[in-house]
Amino acid sequence: MTRTQNASPETRQSIPTSKAARPAKRPVGFSRWFRATGWRHLVGVIVIIYAVFPLLYVLSASLNPNGTLLSSNGLFAKIGLDSYVTLFTSPQQPYAAWFGNTLFIGLTASAGTIFLGALAAYAFSRMRFKGRRFGLVSLLVVQIFPQLLAVVAIFLLLNTIGEIFPVLGIDNQIALILVYLGGALGVNTYLMYGFFNTVPTALDEAAKIDGASHVRVFFTIILPLVSPILAVVGLLSFIATTNDFVIASVVLVSPEKQTLAVGLYQFVSQEFTSNWSVFAAGAVLAALPVMALFLYLQKYIVGGLVAGSVK
Amino acid sequence: MSTQTPQTRSARELRQRRRARQIAEHASGGILPIIIKIALIAVVDAISLFALFVAMTHGQWIVFAVVLVIAAVVNLVYFKRGWLPAKYLTPGLIFLLIFQVFVIGYTGYIAFTNYGTGHNSTKEDAVMALVQSAQERVPDSPAYDLTVLEQLGNYSFLVTAPDGTVSVGDDSTPLSTVSGAEMSGGVAVGLTGYTSLDFADVLEHQKEIAAMTVQISDDPNDGALRTPDGSKAYLYISTLEYDEAAGTMTDTKTGTVYSDTGVGAFTSESGEQLMPGWSINVGLENFTKAFTEQSIRGPLLSVTIWTFVFALLSVLTTFALGLFLAIVFNDMRMKGRKLYRVVMILPYAFPGFLGALVWAGLLNRDFGFVNDVLFGGAAIPWLTNEWLAKFSIVWVNLWLGFPYMFLVCTGALQSIPDELTEAATVDGAKPFAVFRLIKLPLLLVSIAPLLISAFAFNFNNFNLIYMLTQGGPRDAGAGINVGATDILISMVYKVAFDGATSDYGLASAFSLIIFVVVSLVAIISFKQTKSLEDLN
Repeated sequence: MTRTQNASPETRQSIPTSKAARPAKRPVGFSRWFRATGWRHLVGVIVIIYAVFPLLYVLSASLNPNGTLLSSNGLFAKIGLDSYVTLFTSPQQPYAAWFGNTLFIGLTASAGTIFLGALAAYAFSRMRFKGRRFGLVSLLVVQIFPQLLAVVAIFLLLNTIGEIFPVLGIDNQIALILVYLGGALGVNTYLMYGFFNTVPTALDEAAKIDGASHVRVFFTIILPLVSPILAVVGLLSFIATTNDFVIASVVLVSPEKQTLAVGLYQFVSQEFTSNWSVFAAGAVLAALPVMALFLYLQKYIVGGLVAGSVK
Repeated sequence: MSTQTPQTRSARELRQRRRARQIAEHASGGILPIIIKIALIAVVDAISLFALFVAMTHGQWIVFAVVLVIAAVVNLVYFKRGWLPAKYLTPGLIFLLIFQVFVIGYTGYIAFTNYGTGHNSTKEDAVMALVQSAQERVPDSPAYDLTVLEQLGNYSFLVTAPDGTVSVGDDSTPLSTVSGAEMSGGVAVGLTGYTSLDFADVLEHQKEIAAMTVQISDDPNDGALRTPDGSKAYLYISTLEYDEAAGTMTDTKTGTVYSDTGVGAFTSESGEQLMPGWSINVGLENFTKAFTEQSIRGPLLSVTIWTFVFALLSVLTTFALGLFLAIVFNDMRMKGRKLYRVVMILPYAFPGFLGALVWAGLLNRDFGFVNDVLFGGAAIPWLTNEWLAKFSIVWVNLWLGFPYMFLVCTGALQSIPDELTEAATVDGAKPFAVFRLIKLPLLLVSIAPLLISAFAFNFNNFNLIYMLTQGGPRDAGAGINVGATDILISMVYKVAFDGATSDYGLASAFSLIIFVVVSLVAIISFKQTKSLEDLN
C-alpha cells in the first residue's frame, strides 16, 4: 500500500491543474504552461535519459574501434566499424554461429510452441470432455514450477538419454528445443484459450453443418481468426528462448553450438574490460532485430498480456 | 431383455447419433488429411522402433518402456475413432509430461541422493574407474604384438600373446580368444568384419588409441593391456586391488584397506576416501544439511529473505514508476506523448540479459562510465559492496521493468470510463480522493494478476542477478558457493554447475525447498485473485 502514497502527490497536482487550465485566460504565461503540461515534459526528459542512456552508451561503445571498457567512456569520441568486423572474423567468438543458432532454436521452439499450444487451446475451448476443468487447472499448477528449477534433473536426464541417443543428449540443439517444448502448454495455452473463446462458436458450427471435419475447422477457420494471439505467443516464446541462459548453458557445451545468451556472456565474462567494444557490437546486432520486431508488435503484446491475465 | 425402458432407448439413440456423427465426420475428411495422418504416425512409429532397438541393445529398460508406452498411446489415440480431445492434447502433453512433470519428480529423487562431483555413477563404474586410474605398467612383463582394429567407429585390440594365442577385446569387453585371424609372420594382423589400421591411421587416432585399456579377463585385478605406440601392447596392473567378496579396495603399495562404509565411496579407517565414488541414496541428509549445518543454513536463510525482498522491491518500484509515468503522460493536452512513449519502452524491447551485461559495464568499479565520468573517477564499489550491489540490482531491474508497467498501467487507466471520474467530481470528491477511491481500486483489479506474475518472474530472475553480479560479493564464511545478491534460483545453479565441484543432490534439495515456498505463495495469490473461478 506504500504505492498509493508514492503515486498520490503527483496526481494531486496533475488533476487540479487540468481543471484550472480549461477556463484559461488568453495570454498563456510560462508558469501556467509549466503547471499544466510543462512539468510533464520535464519528467519525460528525465525518464528518457534514464531509459536511453545505456542504449546510447552501448551503441557508442560498439563504434569505438578496438575499445576497452575505459576508452568507451568517451561517448562517440571515435567512430569506426572495426569491432563489427572483429566480431565476425575473430576465432575467439563464433558470433555468426551463435546468431544462427539463436535464430534456429528460437524459431523452431516458438513454432512448435504455437502449434502444440493452439492444438490444446482448441480442445479446451471447443470440446467438453471429462477432466477438462482438471486439465485446465493442472496446467496452471504445473506452470507454477518453472523448468529453471528442475535444471539439474534436465541435465541428468539428457545425460542419460544422450548415452543411448546422442541426438537427444547434452550438447545438442534438438534436445534443447524439446526441453523448451515441454513448456509449450501452460501460460501460452491459457492466453490462446482465452482468445479462442472470443471467437464465436457459431462459425465453426456452421462449417461443421456444411460438412467440414474438425481438422478442417481447426486449420482453415479457427487458426486464421486467432492469428493475432498466435503472433503474440510466438513472439513471447521467441523472446523467452533467446533470453534463456540457464538451460541453454547447461545443455549446449561446445562454443559453436551455443546461443547468443550463453556465448556473449562467456565471452564478456572472460575478457570483460579489454574487448568491451566487440561485446557491444555483438549486443547491438543481437538487440536490433528483436527491438524492431518488438516495437512493431508491441500493441498486440500488451493487449494480449492484459486480456490473458484478466481472462 | 424384451422390453425397452425409455432410458435404454435414449442411450441407444445417443449411440446411434454418435455413430452417425462419426460417419459424417469421416466422410467429410477427404483423403489428403488421412494420408498425412498415416504418414506422420508412420514416421513416429519408425523412430520409436529404432529407439526401442537402440535402448534394448544398451540394456536401458526404463527408456525402452517409456518409448513403448508413448508409441502405443500415439497409435491408439490417432487410430481410434472418437477421443477427439485426446487427438489435440496428446502432442503437447507428451512433452509436458517428460520435460516438466517428470523432471520435477526426478528433482525430488535426486534430492535424496549424493549425486554430484565424485558421485555420479554406479558402484561398478566406480570400481572400474579406480582400478583403471591406478594402473601401472608391470616391469619386465612380456610385450604382446598388437594390431588395432576398427569396426563402425569403435577400436579393438587384436593381440598375439607371447605364447601364440590370438585374442581380441576393446574398452568395454575383455580379451577373448579368436580363431581364424589373418596371420603374418606369427602375428595376427586382421580379422573378418574388422578393418585393420595401418601406421598412418594409428598416428591420426593416436589419442583415442593411447587412452584405451583392454582388460585381460573379467576380473579387473588381472590387469589390462595398453599401448603407447599402436604396435605393441603391455600389461598394466592396478595398484588398487578389488576384493569383490569383501567389497573392499586394497592399495597394494601401502597396504591400506578401503571399504564401503555406506557413504558412497571406498573409505579407509582413517576416513580417507577414494574418488570417484558412486551415487547412493542418502535419505534426508541434504535437507538436514540445509537446515542444520550453520555454514549452509545461514546463507540459505539470507538468500531466501533477499529473494523475497528483491522480488517485492522489483514489483513495487517498477509499478510505482510505471503508474506515475502513466498518470503523467495520460494528459491529452500534452504534445509529443507518442514520441516519449516509444523511447520510454526501448529498455523493455532490449534483450534482458544484454541489458544486465551493459549495466555491469556501466557500473564497473574501476573503468565503468558511472564512476569514471559521473563521479569523476571515484572507485565506488557498485557491484562489489554487499549493500550497493543490492541497490544496483534493484536500480537496473527498475530500468528493465518500468516500461512494461507503464504500458500496462496506461492501458488500464484508459479503460476506466470518464463518467466515473465526472460523477465523483460532481458529487464533490477531490481529485486525489477520486484517484484513491475509484481509479486505483479499478486499476488494481485488472493489474493485480500482472503484479503477481511480475513477482513470480522476478522471484526467478536468474539472468539479472547472474549477469550483473554473479550473485557476488561472495560470502566467504558460507559452506557453499553463494554471495550477498544471490537469489534462490541462482544459488541452485551455482551449487550445481558453477565452480570446481557440483553437488546435484544438495542443489535439488534446494529446488524442492523452493518448490514448497513457491507453492505457498501461489496458493495465497490464487486465493486472493480468485483467478480460478471463471474456468468453466
